[in-house]
Amino acid sequence: MERKNKTTGTVAGIIANLVIVKVDGPVAQNEIGFIYHPENKLMAEVIKITGDNVFVQVFESTRGLKIGAKVEFENHLLEVTLGPGILSRNYDGLQNDLDKMEGVFLKRGDYTDPLDREKKWDWTPIAKKGDKVSAGSWLGEVPENGNPHRIMVPFKMEGVYTVKNIVEAGSYIVDDVIATVSDAEGNDIQLTMVQKWPVKVAIKAYDNKPRPFKLLETGIRTMDTLNPIVEGGTGFIPGPFGTGKTVLQHAISKYAEADIVIIAACGERANEVVEIFTEFPELEDPRTGRKLIERTIIIANTSNMPVAAREASVYTAMTLGEYYRSMGLKVLLMADSTSRWAQALREMSNRLEELPGPDAFPMDLTAIISSFYARAGFVYLNNGESGSITFIGTVSPAGGNLKEPVTESTRKAARCFYGLNQDRADSKRYPAIDPIDSYSKYLEYPEVQSYLLERIGEGWLDKVAKTKTLLLRGREAMEQINILGDDGVPMEFHERFWNSELIDAVILQQDSFDDVDANCPMPRQKYMLEKVLDITDKKFTFETFEDLSGFFKRIINHLKQMNYAEWDSDKFRNYEAELEDMMKERLN
Amino acid sequence: METQAFQKIYTKISNLTKATIMLKATDVGYDEMALVHGRIGQVVKIMGDNVVLQIFGGTEGIPTNAEVVFLGRPPQLKVSDQLAGRFFNAFGDPIDGGPEVEGKIVDTGGPSVNPVRRAQPSQLIATGIAGIDLNNSLVTGQKIPFFADPDQPYNQVMANVALRAEADKIILGGMGLSNDDYLYFKNVFDNAGALDRIVSFVNTTEDPPVERLLIPDMALTAAEYFAHEKQEKVLVLLTDMTLFADALSIVSNRMDQIPSKDSMPGSLYSDLARIYEKAVQFPHGGSITIIAVTTLNGGDITHAIPDNTGYITEGQLFLRMDSDVGKVIVDPFRSLSRLKQLVIGTQTREDHPQVMNAAIRLYADAANAKTKQDNGFDLTDYDERTIKFAKEYAVQLLAVDLNIDTVEMLDRTWQLFKDNFSREEVVVRQEFVDKYWK
Ligand SMILES: Nc1ncnc2c1ncn2[C@@H]1O[C@H](COP(=O)(O)OP(=O)(O)OP(=O)(O)O)[C@@H](O)[C@H]1O
Ligand SMILES: [Mg+2]
Repeated sequence: MERKNKTTGTVAGIIANLVIVKVDGPVAQNEIGFIYHPENKLMAEVIKITGDNVFVQVFESTRGLKIGAKVEFENHLLEVTLGPGILSRNYDGLQNDLDKMEGVFLKRGDYTDPLDREKKWDWTPIAKKGDKVSAGSWLGEVPENGNPHRIMVPFKMEGVYTVKNIVEAGSYIVDDVIATVSDAEGNDIQLTMVQKWPVKVAIKAYDNKPRPFKLLETGIRTMDTLNPIVEGGTGFIPGPFGTGKTVLQHAISKYAEADIVIIAACGERANEVVEIFTEFPELEDPRTGRKLIERTIIIANTSNMPVAAREASVYTAMTLGEYYRSMGLKVLLMADSTSRWAQALREMSNRLEELPGPDAFPMDLTAIISSFYARAGFVYLNNGESGSITFIGTVSPAGGNLKEPVTESTRKAARCFYGLNQDRADSKRYPAIDPIDSYSKYLEYPEVQSYLLERIGEGWLDKVAKTKTLLLRGREAMEQINILGDDGVPMEFHERFWNSELIDAVILQQDSFDDVDANCPMPRQKYMLEKVLDITDKKFTFETFEDLSGFFKRIINHLKQMNYAEWDSDKFRNYEAELEDMMKERLN
Repeated sequence: METQAFQKIYTKISNLTKATIMLKATDVGYDEMALVHGRIGQVVKIMGDNVVLQIFGGTEGIPTNAEVVFLGRPPQLKVSDQLAGRFFNAFGDPIDGGPEVEGKIVDTGGPSVNPVRRAQPSQLIATGIAGIDLNNSLVTGQKIPFFADPDQPYNQVMANVALRAEADKIILGGMGLSNDDYLYFKNVFDNAGALDRIVSFVNTTEDPPVERLLIPDMALTAAEYFAHEKQEKVLVLLTDMTLFADALSIVSNRMDQIPSKDSMPGSLYSDLARIYEKAVQFPHGGSITIIAVTTLNGGDITHAIPDNTGYITEGQLFLRMDSDVGKVIVDPFRSLSRLKQLVIGTQTREDHPQVMNAAIRLYADAANAKTKQDNGFDLTDYDERTIKFAKEYAVQLLAVDLNIDTVEMLDRTWQLFKDNFSREEVVVRQEFVDKYWK
């Protein structure tokens, strides 16, 4: 998109944040332009072109804007700036650094630099003079919060280059030239630690993208044990309001085994972002001992921020993820809520008077969601290393009804489904993931199956399958009891019901607000699942169903106490010993 | 309202609908206010020199040659301490017969607070109502609606909450308020001697419905002045947000927008969020807390208005008539305060979280027992006791006519546990049982 002069235009129409611009030259779809407003420039993106009428969505309020205002197009798409120093920053949807903005209230047209230009970085070269390099090749690295931040040949550079010069190890700012490479014609190109990339285009500087196969531990039992997600996998969490989507995502972002966590707060509450700002600097990453905030990037486009930037925010987040994946890192990306992004698309499509699809969403909603989810994945880089982006989005279905366009489109794109159930949430059975409706397609992948057996142990998959069967049979038994009454069913039904209650209470339910229970590493998950399945195998004898339920309530209480106790602590062992005694009494 | 010399007067309206007019005009800003035949309008669309205005009072009787004057400004409010104790309409004009307010002119519907400049909400708001303080504690900087059918006494409950909340300022945004309710608010505030702490922006059922659209922004602009500039604790009451949303749909339908669910505009979520997100805790101690009312249709919370509201606010307080005891209660099942974790057990007594959960669990057991009873099954002794507990719990704690402190709420709950259950049945951490089961 190279042009000598910037194309300009004038505002010819305004409907909320949709502005029509009459232009005097070429413009490209999705090109960025600035509208000149008396005190500030308003950023906008081209979304439709008819003749010399260009429709742009403005990323700011258009209050006070008048016909005739000047517009200048920038010759590039919406881009992010990539370089060291992105970790632990708080950006808005357009990658403006929120901490650099002055004043308490956001000011229209306040665009701040995403990077720190003065900070010195400890550079170590990786490439050598004479090396052949191409887009994404690692030239060197600087440490960033404990992770190696690889400085790469810019993704925009096509073809093969030869390293002509590379600076020695030492301390440099991001804008220092760290390498000079020459192209096939012998032209020299100087490279710094900074590059730019358009957010709506996937970064493909890798060799290949196999099917993902490695378990990504989240520390959440009902996910890891029953329906695991994998490194480079995709999942979504639909649920009515208040059922625990955000709490679950925050829990995952605290304990998942990822190098980098990117949280896109997309059209949700500002107070939830404040919670992360407040808590993450205090909490430790259980794997590295560093503060959680050090591995985290927050993209905040809260619900009161401009709607058009909401759409940009998820793309900004994904692009930052792709950048870190190209460094060979494990990235976990969370977006809360993708429904707000879809609604932003809907608002704009309605203003453009496009033919609406179901529920007035744009016709191509499914395609948009699919191609976004497709950017996640596990990749082998050109140098043989690997990296991944695991993506989990929440969906906020209107009226809690899963038969609506965003949920249905996402179901086609994501491989794991963690459906939150209103009844479970109402009875405080958190996380409210429905154990029967939810699924992980990855469990069907042979490569995932063999990985799980190797990592967790022989027979693991059978145990998982058995657990699911017991839950299902418990639900059926409960339905019968409800119809026929406690006395109207055989004892066996009560037994089935209580076996599933046992699994529910000890494995499925997990208290995200308890310091110990909040995170359950895999060995502990295995131990507890085996313990519980063991109990379901035992043949106890009971006089009455009340006798039975009383007994199960007591052992559930003990197992829960074990969940609350430090792993393998005296307390843990004591509860376990008491539990064994209680059971022995019943078996004799 | 103001018109100045040398302002251009247009007299040729080309199109008229029930809520909008179109005319040719130049040098007009988006969102700008105008006077049309003496009524207030606002620019909602500009196409070349065609300008479309939304007329808040409706277009009845506006002739095509009516005078149109653009005011060169968005909706504004004059803010100063003089606002206190006063009643205004949706345009910020006094309706109490008092003088115009002198003060700084601010645009309403201004920008939002930078998230990194917010503090975490942290201070408990005591209301004296156990259905709130015990089970769904409120925190300064929170936004939360009452969900209630139109026949529930939500305005009375809200007025009580407001008066007990120890707020420095209470700002009432009344939308489609019946004249009786308007006078009711005026009276209670007056009788409580609180009038000088109250600012009211009121649109009654006698005013044109579209004017309501301006009320929340007016109320919140005043709130931001007191909370940010004066560092005060401000409580904003918005009643009834369902009528606000109805007004949104009137306008969007007349502008030929494609409606989404329940004939609401596709932007309903953003429109409501823009208002509710004004709730904030500032690091300097000032705060805006929003308590709203969303009336329901037959308890249906899947309707687009309560549904979108639930996705935006930090919980909801569900009012319901408990026919077993003949009192209005705050329903413990469907109500939720998402910020209660921040204060319970720390700013209230240590046993608060456990006692709260145990009581709700037992109340749920009672509901199951009642279902059993309705289906004609025998009740166990435990079932009978939970039903008795539920009745006492509803009268002594859930009913909205209460005014006690949280210590009393907790003590009462312990007493009910003791009266009806054994220690094992209650399941509360041992150390608390030892301390409070007396
Ligand atoms: N795992 C959990 N443990 C304990 N409480 C929980 C858990 N998950 C959710 N909750 C409770 O439910 C409330 C709502 O949860 P959350 O904010 O995550 O809902 P949500 O699905 O994101 O709702 P919305 O769609 O409105 O954003 C929390 O404030 C908390 O009280
Ligand atoms: Mg949420």
